[in-house]
Amino acid sequence: MDTTLDVKKLARDERRKKRFEKIGLYLFASVGAFTMIAPFLWMVATSLKTAGEVFSYQKPWWYDWIPTSFVWQNYVKAWKVVPFARFYLNSIFVVVLTTLGQVTTSAFAAYAFARLRFPGRDKIFFAYLATMMIPGAVTMIPVFILLQWLGWIDSYKAVILPGIFTAYGTFMLRQFFLTLPKDLEDAAKIDGCSYFGIFWRILLPLSKPALATLTTFTFMGSWMNFMWPLVVLNSHEKFTLPVGLAYFQSVHNTDWTLLMAGSLMMILPILLLFVFNQRYFVEGIKLSGIKG
Amino acid sequence: MKSFELKDTTKETLAGYGFLMPNFIGFIIFTSLPVLASLALSFMKVDLISLPKVFAFIGFENFRQLVTDPYFWKYCWNTVVLMGAIPFSIAGSLILALALNQKIKGVVFFRTIYFLPSICSGVAIYVLWRLIYNSDFGVLNTLILKLGTLLHLPLKGPNWLTDEAWAKPALMIMNVWQSVGGYNMILYLAALQGVPRDLYEAAEIDGANNWQKFWAVTWPQISPTTFFIATMSIIGGFQAGFDPAYIMTGGGPNGATTTIIYYIYNNAFQWQQMGYAAAISWFLFLVIFVITLIKWKVFGKLVHYY
Repeated sequence: MDTTLDVKKLARDERRKKRFEKIGLYLFASVGAFTMIAPFLWMVATSLKTAGEVFSYQKPWWYDWIPTSFVWQNYVKAWKVVPFARFYLNSIFVVVLTTLGQVTTSAFAAYAFARLRFPGRDKIFFAYLATMMIPGAVTMIPVFILLQWLGWIDSYKAVILPGIFTAYGTFMLRQFFLTLPKDLEDAAKIDGCSYFGIFWRILLPLSKPALATLTTFTFMGSWMNFMWPLVVLNSHEKFTLPVGLAYFQSVHNTDWTLLMAGSLMMILPILLLFVFNQRYFVEGIKLSGIKG
Repeated sequence: MKSFELKDTTKETLAGYGFLMPNFIGFIIFTSLPVLASLALSFMKVDLISLPKVFAFIGFENFRQLVTDPYFWKYCWNTVVLMGAIPFSIAGSLILALALNQKIKGVVFFRTIYFLPSICSGVAIYVLWRLIYNSDFGVLNTLILKLGTLLHLPLKGPNWLTDEAWAKPALMIMNVWQSVGGYNMILYLAALQGVPRDLYEAAEIDGANNWQKFWAVTWPQISPTTFFIATMSIIGGFQAGFDPAYIMTGGGPNGATTTIIYYIYNNAFQWQQMGYAAAISWFLFLVIFVITLIKWKVFGKLVHYY
């Protein structure tokens, strides 16, 4: 019976085990990454194929998905077949106004809730909180009836206005404002700074990360929003991108190359926004996770 | 000199209402009043097409119809079945987060890639998956076919989106792909980074292996996050399913992918049954309300755990 411990061998085994674990980890992470990105690669590839090539699989499987000749023309065609440029402009218009409106009114209201004392404040705030769990489906029908009564159906107003006044944005910014130190504001108040001055010159500059997060989230949600614009818009020239793309699909059901080109153009701004603003996404998610 | 000076508290009150006003007016018009109106509508028969428009009080008729409507219960069942993707999605998120929480290079790179599907979720992605699931030349069935030739087996992929048995699994697979690397993974990652290191060290001294460390330290420590993710997913799940089904299946085949929200949409905006749709939306609200109450109760306890 050998009782001497071969320390060197043990250490080597340990190192070897660690290395195997590391390789396994990278392998796993890479397979995961491939699974996530493969559909997108296929999307890009399909958007550059000829229409006939989509339906045939002639070449060996491992480079089958690469287009034989890159048909950039598909993108031009997608813009011509449906008024894609128009959809794009509509989406930008709607999204920018929604985001601007939501961030502004939310910041104002959040300041009132976080810093100012007035009768009924806590009751109103509770009402805001309570509505956060009400499904959108509940308010959707009365708001539609209201907009119809106002004659606003099939207008940009109908898409933008209901999207501006969310309790969520107010809540998020209020929580952030509460974490900021009050000393600066008190000093400013003694110096005779108005409430608006405090809000504008002290609170907002300190809240840039939270504002950026809310802006990013609102922009993204609004860009992807499908159901509400679908409900309130009727004329093609007013469609936002998601509704326009759905319409495109219903008319050119099997023009897969064009559909993929159109889809890609729709997600491109979101991809760019994400790549450059990633940290705000991560922060925003953590913020939303804390609320409980 | 000013001849008239407001008291400080009055000034603050005025400022408070002033700052609140823009949001509050919108909140009243587009949220509070519609909630009440929706409750009223659920007791009415509404017809916006005929002139003059009909708003007639019919008592509990809509709710009676709801209880006896076989389609409604079928679509409720669909919604619940589709939520079967949630455990897979959560488990996947945790596994990915555990992988990224190891000291590996390129964490930001992997995180970015994993996040892509959830960031892009929307009509464009559903159009893409309609093509992926195409039974004749979609990439999925092509791969299955080629695997078959490789193994000399007559493998043939199903008609994913047009076969009643396969439509729901198809949407669930897509849902897992979409959500696994998104918000939940980030939440898990944050939670994992918050687990105190000395707990692991103590476990190591006791001779625990990785598996034991996970179940004895990690899992209980991140349980509030798991609970939060699970309840949020369930709340979301009850309201989900409109966008993908509208784009990919039209709610079919034979209503197999129609969910509660899709049924509300159809009733309200396709079939002019707004009163009935309002009643369904209140049923949905009730379900979510109950889950939220449970969440608050349990979450209160879990937070005390710290």
